[in-house]
Order: sequence, then C-alpha cells, then structure tokens
Amino acid sequence: MAGSTLRLYSYAFFLPAGIIYILFFIAPTFLSFFFSLTIWTLSDWRFTGLDNFRIFFTEPSLSIGLRNSLIYAISTCALKVVLGFLLAAFLCTKLKTRGFLRSLIYFPNILSTIAVGIIFSSLMHPSHGLINTTLAFFGIQGPDWLGNPKMALFSVVLVDVWKGVGVAMIIFIAGIQAIPQHYYEALSIDGGSSFDKLRYITLPLSRSSMNSVIMLAFIGGIRSFDLIWVMTKGGPGFTSDLIASIIYKQLQGGFYGLSTAGNVVLFIIVSIMAVPLYRSLTKVEVDL
Amino acid sequence: MSRKLPHILVEVLSVLLALAIFGVPVSYVVTNAGKTPVAAAQMLIAPSATTQYLKNFSDVIAASNNMLVRAFINSTIITIMSIVLLLAVSSMAGFVLDRRKGRAIAWINFLVLAGLMIPPAVVPTIWLLKSIGLYKTFLGLVLVEVALSFPFSVLLYRGYVGAIPRELDEASFMDGCTGIQLFVKVIFPLMKPVSTTIAIITSISVFNDFVNPLYFLPGSKNVTVQLTLYNFISTYVNKWNLLFADIFLISLPPLLFFILFNRKIVSGMVAGAVKS
Repeated sequence: MAGSTLRLYSYAFFLPAGIIYILFFIAPTFLSFFFSLTIWTLSDWRFTGLDNFRIFFTEPSLSIGLRNSLIYAISTCALKVVLGFLLAAFLCTKLKTRGFLRSLIYFPNILSTIAVGIIFSSLMHPSHGLINTTLAFFGIQGPDWLGNPKMALFSVVLVDVWKGVGVAMIIFIAGIQAIPQHYYEALSIDGGSSFDKLRYITLPLSRSSMNSVIMLAFIGGIRSFDLIWVMTKGGPGFTSDLIASIIYKQLQGGFYGLSTAGNVVLFIIVSIMAVPLYRSLTKVEVDL
Repeated sequence: MSRKLPHILVEVLSVLLALAIFGVPVSYVVTNAGKTPVAAAQMLIAPSATTQYLKNFSDVIAASNNMLVRAFINSTIITIMSIVLLLAVSSMAGFVLDRRKGRAIAWINFLVLAGLMIPPAVVPTIWLLKSIGLYKTFLGLVLVEVALSFPFSVLLYRGYVGAIPRELDEASFMDGCTGIQLFVKVIFPLMKPVSTTIAIITSISVFNDFVNPLYFLPGSKNVTVQLTLYNFISTYVNKWNLLFADIFLISLPPLLFFILFNRKIVSGMVAGAVKS
C-alpha cells in the first residue's frame, strides 16, 4: 500500500521551494566562506587568506562588536527567560484580567523595530524624556541612557526585552498549560506553598519551553541589528556596535570581504551555540 | 492560598503596572502625533489643549512628493507577493517532507532547521542578486523574504500535514488522483487553518521588515514603509510630532491584524517555536 502511494509524493513538490532556498539562502552562506578570505569589489576579488579575520579580531573598533554582541545576546536572553517565565506563571493563575494582560504584554511585538527604537529614543531623552522626568519626580537623577558609552548598550538591551518578552511569555504559557493539574493538587495535599509549586513543578516541567525561549532569544540577540542601528548607530563612538552593525558599516564602506568575514564569525558563533541547544531539544522530545 | 493581598488589589496593581510599562509608550505616540512641533518637543505624555492630527498626518503623507503613499503601495505589493509565493512553495514542500522518509529527507530537514538559526550572508546575497539582475527589484527582495521565512513556515506545514491521515491519500489514489490532483484538491484545502496563520504572521513580519529592504532594496524609488520611517529620523530632527504621526500611520495595518487575529498569531508563534 505505502509503496503504491509513494509515487504521489514526488520530490517535484519540493523543487520550487528548494530552488529559492538554495539560491537565496544556502548558496550565499557557502559563498560567504570563500569571499571572507578575499578583498572583494563585487566584480573582482583577490585572495588574502585569513587577513580579514585577523583585522576583525584585532582592530578595536571591530572586535568590540563581538564582545558587545555576546553581552547583548546573553543579557537579552537571560532577562527574557526570567521575566517571561515569571509573567507566564503569574498569568496562568486565576486572574480575571489575565487575557487583557497577556495581549498587552505581547502587543509591542507587532510594532516595527524602527518605531520602537524611535519611541524609546524619545522616552530616554536625558533631560526631557519621560523616563528621566519620572525618575526626577522621585528625586532620582536618571542617566543619559543612550549618550553614556557605559550605558548605551544596556539601554538598548532593556528596549529589546520590552519588545520581545511577550513572545517568551507566550511560549512559557503554552508549556505551563500542558502541565497536568493533578501534580499541583498532589503538592497542595502534601502542604506545598505557591512557591513550592513554582519551584518543584512549574519550573522543571517548563524545561522544553525554556529551551525554545533560550534558543530563540539567544540567536535573535546575537544577530540583532535594527534596534541598535536606529537607537545608537553603534555609538557613542563604537561603544555599542554589534557584529551585525559592523557588517553593515563595512558593507557601506565598500569593504565587502571584511563585511562577509563578519558574517562568517556570526555563523560560527550561532553554530557553536546551536549544536548543544539542538541536542537538548531532541533529547527532551525523547523524554516525552 | 494563605497570607495574601486581597485578590482585587492584585488585579488592579498588575493592570496598573502593565499599563505603565507597556501602555504608556503607546499612548505617548498617540498623544504626541497630534501636537504642534513646539508642544511635542516638550516630550510630555499629556495631550495638549490644541491638537492638529489632520495637519500632521497630511504633512507626513505629503512629505518628499508623497513618499509615504508610494512606500505604502510598495510595502503592500512586496508583502502580498511574499505571502503568495511563500504559501505556494512551502505548502508543497511541507507535504512531501511529512509523507516521505529517508536519507534525502533527513538532509533537507537538517538544512531547514539550520535556516531557522543561521544569519543570512548579506554581501554574497547582494552579489547573487546582482548577477541575476534582481538587485534593487521587488522580485529580488520577495525571493529573499521567501527564502528566509521558508524554514519557519515549512515546519508549521509539515507538522500540520502529519495530522492529515494517509488513508485520505490512499483513497484519492484509488479514485485515480495523481499527486498534483491529490495536493491541489484534497491536501491544500485541508491546510487552510495553517495557511491563514502563516499568511498573518508573514504579513506582519514582512510589512515591518527593515533590515532586508535596507540591504536588498536600497534607493528612494523603491522605499518601503520602514525605510521611509528610518529616513524621516534625519529629515524630521526635532519634529517629534511628525515622526510620531508617521509611526501612528504605519502601525495601523499590523495593529488591525493584531486585533482581528490575535489568537491565530499567538498560536502560530507557539507552534513554530515549540515544534522546531
């Protein structure tokens, strides 16, 4: 039976998608390995070995991107996991307004990143911005969120979390809702507190959602470009440059080989991160 | 349980806190989009006594030869083209990916999963688009958008086809259906819920996309809404009222989708994130 229907599933169905995917995603990825080793003018190239990578890691205005991208990815990821989990656990309790709250928290996700960047550039204005005037009302001197080199990257991280925590929350909610109620009932009979429920049932049984959130948030963070570009352009100076903003700056400057080397660095980081995460994801599926 | 704040207080406090954090930035846009430049420069959230919404909107729309109108048309065309092509190619691919097994399929699955994570290589893609004459064209951008959205949507389709019983295929085969007939007449109509979800999610992500138009569709002739907004930042220095009026206008389509399809968007997000 299966043999006879197999001819219904011709690989030709895969062909249109395959061509587009290979031509506009896979091929450029493979080409990037080659062109990252060249000085490239788009019409012509000259092989230079690992020079681009040497420049990328030694030139301070470029290597800072690697450091910042890691800081950015780790901190947005950590905040989204912690806040997303707590919000989800809270909004899975019997709250009358929970539907409204979920929608409200998810809402920023449908705004464009550019719009969010502009809104927060205004809210974070050092003297007039709503955040600092509110802080001043309580007698606190707010920082220059985007103008202070020590602060700028962190400020953008907060905005990224503001925009993206709703997605983390929704994924956690899906995981928490799949936990059978009788686990909680059993724990209440044994006299467990609400905190015990969170600690010993909700948290461990949310592991597979947590893996998804970590993976999405980390990879989103390490690739991140548009928010930093609209809010600081990598500034002040190069202090908040990310790998992706450097890739774009080199592209604008016509250093195509160098720009592509940045892409390859990003590829390597993502691959290193993806392998253990992918393993843990497939392992969880076996557990279930 | 036990030692608690009165229930109603918890509700009120959490709503107030959420409104302060997530509602304030939005109402800030709404009130400031209608202010005079001088009033908007004060950066207050309170609405001013005199509003000029219509004037601000028409100023933004008329700016640089009706650039925003052109951008809306361009973004709409690009979004629709991307959705149609994406649905067509990924539904077919998802069908085969679920129904067939074997080494080739394992490889394809691996490449698809890799595509969820690996960042696209910018300059090589530009170079490729240039060499086939599609750089700075709508079609070029659409093809890139489809290639980048493909992994997510094909996984949704594959998961969905898995729930369609194979007996249906066999019955159609007995009735003399070819593979194409089976797909077009039986499978694709059954996929309607997941197709809707993907169409909605893609419409928001492509309409809101800034990065890919910036890379692959530069130039003022082909602007998209997000590029116009970005360009307005330098045009409208210190004219926050117009910037916010622009944000207000270009956020309306996604907002409308969000209000209409809230549940679809959220369920699709979850399915994509958890299944992958």
